[in-house]
Amino acid sequence: MDRRKSLKALALGTLSVSALLTAPGCDNKKTDAGKGGDKAKTPGYGRTEDEKVRDEQLNAAPYFTDAEMKTIAILADIIIPADEHSGSATDAGVPEFIGFIVKDKPELQLPMRGGLRWLDVQSAKRVNKSFSESTPEERLAIVDDIAYPEKAKPEMSQGVAFFNLMRNLTATGFFTSKIGIKDLGYVGNTPNEWDGVPDDVLQQYGLSYDEKTLAECLKIEDRTKIMTWD
Amino acid sequence: MAFEIKKTGKVYDVCIVGSGAGGGMAAKILSDAGLKIALLEAGPKYDPADPDQMTQLKWPYESPRRGASTTRPFGDFDAAYGGWEINGEPYTKKNGTEFDWFRSRMLGGRTNHWGRISLRFGPRDFKHRSYDGLGDDWPISYEEVAPFYDRVDKMIGVFGTKENLPNEPDGFFLPPPKPRLHELMIKKAAGKLGIPVIPARLSILTRPVNKDRSPCFYCSQCNRGCSVYGDFSSSSVLVKPAMKSGHVDLYTNAMAREVLTDNSGKATGVLYVDKTDLQEYSVNAKVIILAASACESARLLLNSKSAKFPNGLANGSGVVGKYLHDSTGASRSAFLPQLMDRKRYNEDGTGGMHLYIPWWGDNKKLDFPRGYHIEFGGGMHMPGYGFGFGMERMNGKYPAKDGSSKPAGGYGAGLKDDYRRFFGAQVGFAGRGECIAREENYCEIDPNVVDKWGIPVLRFNYTWTDHEIKQAKHMQDTFEQIIHEMGGVPNGAKPGADTMYGLENPGRIIHEVGTTRMGDDPRKSVLNKFNQAHECKNLFVVDGGAFVSQADKNPTWTILALSMRASEYIVDQLKKQNI
Repeated sequence: MDRRKSLKALALGTLSVSALLTAPGCDNKKTDAGKGGDKAKTPGYGRTEDEKVRDEQLNAAPYFTDAEMKTIAILADIIIPADEHSGSATDAGVPEFIGFIVKDKPELQLPMRGGLRWLDVQSAKRVNKSFSESTPEERLAIVDDIAYPEKAKPEMSQGVAFFNLMRNLTATGFFTSKIGIKDLGYVGNTPNEWDGVPDDVLQQYGLSYDEKTLAECLKIEDRTKIMTWD
Repeated sequence: MAFEIKKTGKVYDVCIVGSGAGGGMAAKILSDAGLKIALLEAGPKYDPADPDQMTQLKWPYESPRRGASTTRPFGDFDAAYGGWEINGEPYTKKNGTEFDWFRSRMLGGRTNHWGRISLRFGPRDFKHRSYDGLGDDWPISYEEVAPFYDRVDKMIGVFGTKENLPNEPDGFFLPPPKPRLHELMIKKAAGKLGIPVIPARLSILTRPVNKDRSPCFYCSQCNRGCSVYGDFSSSSVLVKPAMKSGHVDLYTNAMAREVLTDNSGKATGVLYVDKTDLQEYSVNAKVIILAASACESARLLLNSKSAKFPNGLANGSGVVGKYLHDSTGASRSAFLPQLMDRKRYNEDGTGGMHLYIPWWGDNKKLDFPRGYHIEFGGGMHMPGYGFGFGMERMNGKYPAKDGSSKPAGGYGAGLKDDYRRFFGAQVGFAGRGECIAREENYCEIDPNVVDKWGIPVLRFNYTWTDHEIKQAKHMQDTFEQIIHEMGGVPNGAKPGADTMYGLENPGRIIHEVGTTRMGDDPRKSVLNKFNQAHECKNLFVVDGGAFVSQADKNPTWTILALSMRASEYIVDQLKKQNI
């Protein structure tokens, strides 16, 4: 087993420490079996009993109406559309996230519901239709009036506040999703060996590790050797 | 079932209340010595390798709230079961003052989520009154504690480097990890200002110290608890091996109510409520060790009243609860334009900073008497709830890739690209300083309020003085100097006098200590220099309560060293039949 695989196995708890420290070879069959069994053994995300109950209560009933959810989905995809790198906000499940987070954080409920209503009224005043019933061009005409806080007219300020909130929740929902994390290029959260900043990055910023640092810091090949001081 | 206190005839050698740093170390040392131990913990069992409890390596989308801090104060994946507010366990405040009390109800207590910053107190920290005339000296010196620090280093593991600084003693270190990119930038900038930046000292295993614990695999998530025990938590590193000895009976969900004493004034046991069956129990022991946290241990003593101890146990001096002090804390973050559009690579590293700034100033030339150290963070972190918030305050200020400027806020593909461009371009600085212990800062029993089990609760009184406020001002000035030197842009307005320069509420740094302080004079202290109560020879307190002063260091390493020292004293005193 190579070191990377060993690290994975370690993180999954399928390989004992002493095996990594001492064994030159490795029992792959055992590791694979452990991996297969891992899914069944890791339910949820480490909740306490109280937290499980709370999640169940929050999941029991929706807060938003179907009509509100429809508008949220339209807005989310206006804010984060699909592009050549990745899918859209709705592809990433952003409306479902927003539907949950307003129940988790009730202080968001009124700004969201009121803001959606403000949007519909604004749309009705202009084209006598709700925001979701209006055409894409009609929708963007309103969005353009509330999406730029420093340019927006004073009478649009409530719409700006709502759109800022909607932009925040959409971005957070998207970039914490599987699709969004891949898009962002975050490559951590996995067992690995940190051996410093890549050379080309150091060069790019005109930095380097000095002799003292290199002498003092961990030699990555020593990583699994038990430390002794005497 | 009749309501009664359930007693057993069994008498343990030692009953320890609390399983955090102090209690865990006592359990380890005393079980190694073959003593029979009852270990009481107010929360449930916890093992970060248990799939039902594990949060390490989870992705934000595994939480429906994407890791938001709604139910856990440091987010969904943080290991602390508890927080500043716990349902059914209130505390109150006095005279319009503020104190926020963080409690973790779980095996290992607050060592499960802490920052692993493992600094020794220095020679001056034990004798600061002699140096500047403020506060009090400890009854012990650095030289007396040093051999215990040495053993804690080797037993638990801490990375760092020998620096030969006068008040930042070196130890037996593991090699530190290489600095991250933003850390090199900070080092360069601070260096130009004459501010030292040295490898951090964290109890994270860059190399193993034994065969029971694996080395760090660099997921940067120590606060989630480590499934391979690659960092220090009391539950994984001390209690777990202590349990293996077979000498320790662990009582979880056991909320201690009071320490029982006999007519001679000797402690005989602990009365507790079992949170699962809501029955009252007593456990008997020859020696009682309190390690419930500084304030919780003080609460226990104050609630243990008897004809012999009308002011509470071991409180003839009236000092229990007094001299409460937490570290000062103030912070500032900044944006580094040069890090826009940065190259992606895995820079998670260990679960904390790889470099830090120890106190470098000479207080005799400054307008505040005690120092602080600076911690910092930054880099390409795993996104969580809050990621991308406030883009409308950022993206109008910096040119687009083609050099053009665009209006703040917006939507669509251009906005989507902004989130990528700004990723990993923030740094944050946090000062952690020494607050001088004063008698006027205290916790006491609220005469009117009880918790859900009927236990009288604590009431806090705490104010900062000019010493701490001026120190916070110096922190803010320093943060800005470093940020500007780096070519960064500080976020938000600089905290000013109206907010005490961003000085956090006391309690927020979770370093509260001093409530059962040690000393040679029984009229002015609760414990002697071996953490033994002056007025009750078989009663010990081995948490942060014993501290005379906090220093500009994190308290855990000193709690561990003093608990080890006290535990060996207990073994010795039992042998000599002195207790």
